[in-house]
Amino acid sequence: MALQLTNRSKVVSNKEQSAMEKLYLPAVFKGMSITLSHLFKKSATIRYPEQKRIMAPVYRGQHVLKRDDNGAERCTSCGMCAVACPAEAITMESAERKKGEEHLYREEKYAAKYEINMLRCVFCGLCEEACPKEAIFLTDRIVDTEFEREDFIYGKDKLVEKMTERIDVTKRQTPEVLEFKKTPGLKHNELFDGKKLKEKH
Amino acid sequence: MLAFVIYKAVLCVIIFAISLGVAAYSTWWERKFASFLQDRVGPNRAGPFGLLQPLADGGKMFFKEEIIPNVSNKFLFILGPCLFMVTACMTSVVIPWGKDFMMGGRNFAFQITDINIGVLYLLGVVSIGVYGIMIGGWASNNKFALLGAIRASSQMISYEIAMGIAVIALIITSGGTLSLHEIVEKQDAGVCNFVYQPLGFLIFFICALAETNRAPFDLAECESELVGGYHTEYSSMKLGLYLFAEYINMFISSAVMAAFYFGGYNFPFAHELYNAMGLQEGSIWISLIGFGAYFTKIVLFICLFMWVRWTLPRFRYDQLMNLGWKVLIPLSLVNLAITTVVAYYFNK
Ligand code: SF4
Ligand code: SF4
Repeated sequence: MALQLTNRSKVVSNKEQSAMEKLYLPAVFKGMSITLSHLFKKSATIRYPEQKRIMAPVYRGQHVLKRDDNGAERCTSCGMCAVACPAEAITMESAERKKGEEHLYREEKYAAKYEINMLRCVFCGLCEEACPKEAIFLTDRIVDTEFEREDFIYGKDKLVEKMTERIDVTKRQTPEVLEFKKTPGLKHNELFDGKKLKEKH
Repeated sequence: MLAFVIYKAVLCVIIFAISLGVAAYSTWWERKFASFLQDRVGPNRAGPFGLLQPLADGGKMFFKEEIIPNVSNKFLFILGPCLFMVTACMTSVVIPWGKDFMMGGRNFAFQITDINIGVLYLLGVVSIGVYGIMIGGWASNNKFALLGAIRASSQMISYEIAMGIAVIALIITSGGTLSLHEIVEKQDAGVCNFVYQPLGFLIFFICALAETNRAPFDLAECESELVGGYHTEYSSMKLGLYLFAEYINMFISSAVMAAFYFGGYNFPFAHELYNAMGLQEGSIWISLIGFGAYFTKIVLFICLFMWVRWTLPRFRYDQLMNLGWKVLIPLSLVNLAITTVVAYYFNK
């Protein structure tokens, strides 16, 4: 026997069909009884719009750029997410915060333009992991279908959450994440999530 | 005379409408049945249970772009699907749908025409049908279409022989008549031809699968090897006609099998039922009940066709030829020989 890396390979058999096999009919009836038995089985289909599959609590869907409790954008345009992204889906342009814009942007530098190409994104969640400011999260929302490719490039208008309808990302915050957030020295935790989470614990 | 003409015209229209309707709903049922066998749901969006799906499909076909390849032979390219469709419809003419009935002292046959060589007519028209495929495939000027057409025609030629011989054996058992009406009437006694001709039926059934280009003999359109086979170049409603005619063929061959081997519109204890219901010989209700029974058989056969299709993989071409020439033809000859000998001794 030749060298085998796994024990799964099989030697090809070229044996002639026996007289019984040449008749075909027994095999045909066997096959047909198998298909017939499936006639009485329950269908595995989930009828989508009416019926929805249960999503995992940590489902990774469309991103959200969070604001803090005062409504200021958390993102500081550090570019960590873009570097971490294996699909190179994220691009951004930075700008400096002017005086009087403190209520809009939490940090001195902010993302004037922030785009994620949803066709490139593989929803790995690495951007979320890389972000030092807890600005970007993946959520359990599903990216809409579009007719044009350009429409899949989501800008800040679609990504940044609105204060009137805030997006809950606590489900993505698994014990490890929470543990991480308690690390002393991570100042940015204290303001919003940190406080709430501490109350919870 | 006028009543006769009107009756025949009405009957023609009804029967064509029924065969077209059945063909349309066969496409729906094919998809439904396939999905049941595969633990799926199948079309369920157009109307309740997806019942409007055939209409949607037909509408879609009409609105699709009509493409006639530049290099094709235009006349033949259009002739192909027409011929296929026309021959598919023509076969329904000789099929006896129910018992004769009396109305106003006249005898009406529930059959468009009872020609005394009905069986021959049927075989003849069916073999013209392959010209539709051949012409279409050749006129497309496409190698895949041509290959499909060649396969279709050689397959038809091979399987027609076995089918013909099986039919001869059947004709001997039913006393030498070639009229479908008489063949069915002969089975009125309660014993259907299947009892005398089980092997003949098997051969006929296999050949019918091959003649209608159904899996496992769908080598003519074999999408995994030949793109779309003979209709590769066809689009829009011309493609629709090809696909549709195949379902009509399936309907008609189911009807023929039910008539030849399973007594057509006869069913067990039919006379007892009619007596119990107080129906006299020649009542139209007898015809209609018989038609209902016949229709049930046809539907069962269509289901059988589909069941086979969604179970068996396609034959390889050499296997197909081997099966046709080396197995089915000898078998049908043996069947014929046995039938002849038995018939000779019984009739002496
Ligand atoms: S989820 Fe992954 S692929 Fe998508 S933007 Fe974030 S890092 Fe890139
Ligand atoms: S989302 Fe986070 S990682 Fe990305 S640029 Fe903004 S702060 Fe940096």
